[in-house]
Amino acid sequence: MKRMLSAFGCGLLFGAGLVIGGMTQPSKVVGFLDFFGNWDASLAFVMGGALAVNAIAYRFVLRRAHPVLAEEFAIPRRSEIDSRLIGGAMLFGVGWGLAGYCPGPAVTSLLSGHSAAPIFMAGMIAGMFGYSLAAEHLAGALVARPQPGVSFVPQNTDV
Amino acid sequence: MHNFTPVASLFGGILIGLSAAMLMLLNGRIAGISGIVAGAIRPERGEWEWRIAFIAGLVAAGAIARMVAPAWLAIGITRSSATFLIAGLLVGVGTRLGSGCTSGHGVCGLSRGSIRSLAATATFMAAGVVTVFIANHLFGAQP
Repeated sequence: MKRMLSAFGCGLLFGAGLVIGGMTQPSKVVGFLDFFGNWDASLAFVMGGALAVNAIAYRFVLRRAHPVLAEEFAIPRRSEIDSRLIGGAMLFGVGWGLAGYCPGPAVTSLLSGHSAAPIFMAGMIAGMFGYSLAAEHLAGALVARPQPGVSFVPQNTDV
Repeated sequence: MHNFTPVASLFGGILIGLSAAMLMLLNGRIAGISGIVAGAIRPERGEWEWRIAFIAGLVAAGAIARMVAPAWLAIGITRSSATFLIAGLLVGVGTRLGSGCTSGHGVCGLSRGSIRSLAATATFMAAGVVTVFIANHLFGAQP
């Protein structure tokens, strides 16, 4: 229950940051990505502010033996840069540039009264479902018929 | 450069950083929104509740913003519903394949000094810039 309350509070704070920072306005996101046109640098300040605070805070937080309300920190340990990472980031960047929404601002804009965010979210959730179904199917096929030199492991860990 | 809002954007960024830091301090979890949404729609024992609560917090923040200052949620660009749907699909598949989005890689991953997150962030930023260049300057989409 405490973990849910703290997560709700963090979500509220995160959403407030996105709204105040301008991330929930697709025109500002597209303006930021319009580097060769009428560039709006505002969102670099969002990223800069978030990184400055979080990078310092993580240094102190991750020194602790465990989080306040949980047994352990869930930190990704992978370090390899592979085609999945780069290909996925490319697809994500294209979608981001097309709509001006990334996942956080789209969720935050769900009740904005505009249809764009709910439509974007429907596509996003369908994409996530489709991906995990395909990953499971492919993994099953490869387990049933192993091929030398080919490995496909569905990754559920984030980042 | 029109509509430049460095002070509000910096303040918003600081709030996002504080939120990510608090989620790590209290729950020990990364504030990566694509991962939180993906984990919420395919429930995992013990990890489902906090994700739903975090998403509820985001949605509540947006609902409050709609009452206080709806201009903060304005779309401001002209795109068809099909474009938003296809963009959502790309973002859904891309963030699962690439294990994260702007928040997970761009804020949390870079804060940890993750090389993977640096590569991912550079890639999605570049892909976004190229996409907007093609849409706005070659196809004449309304910015």
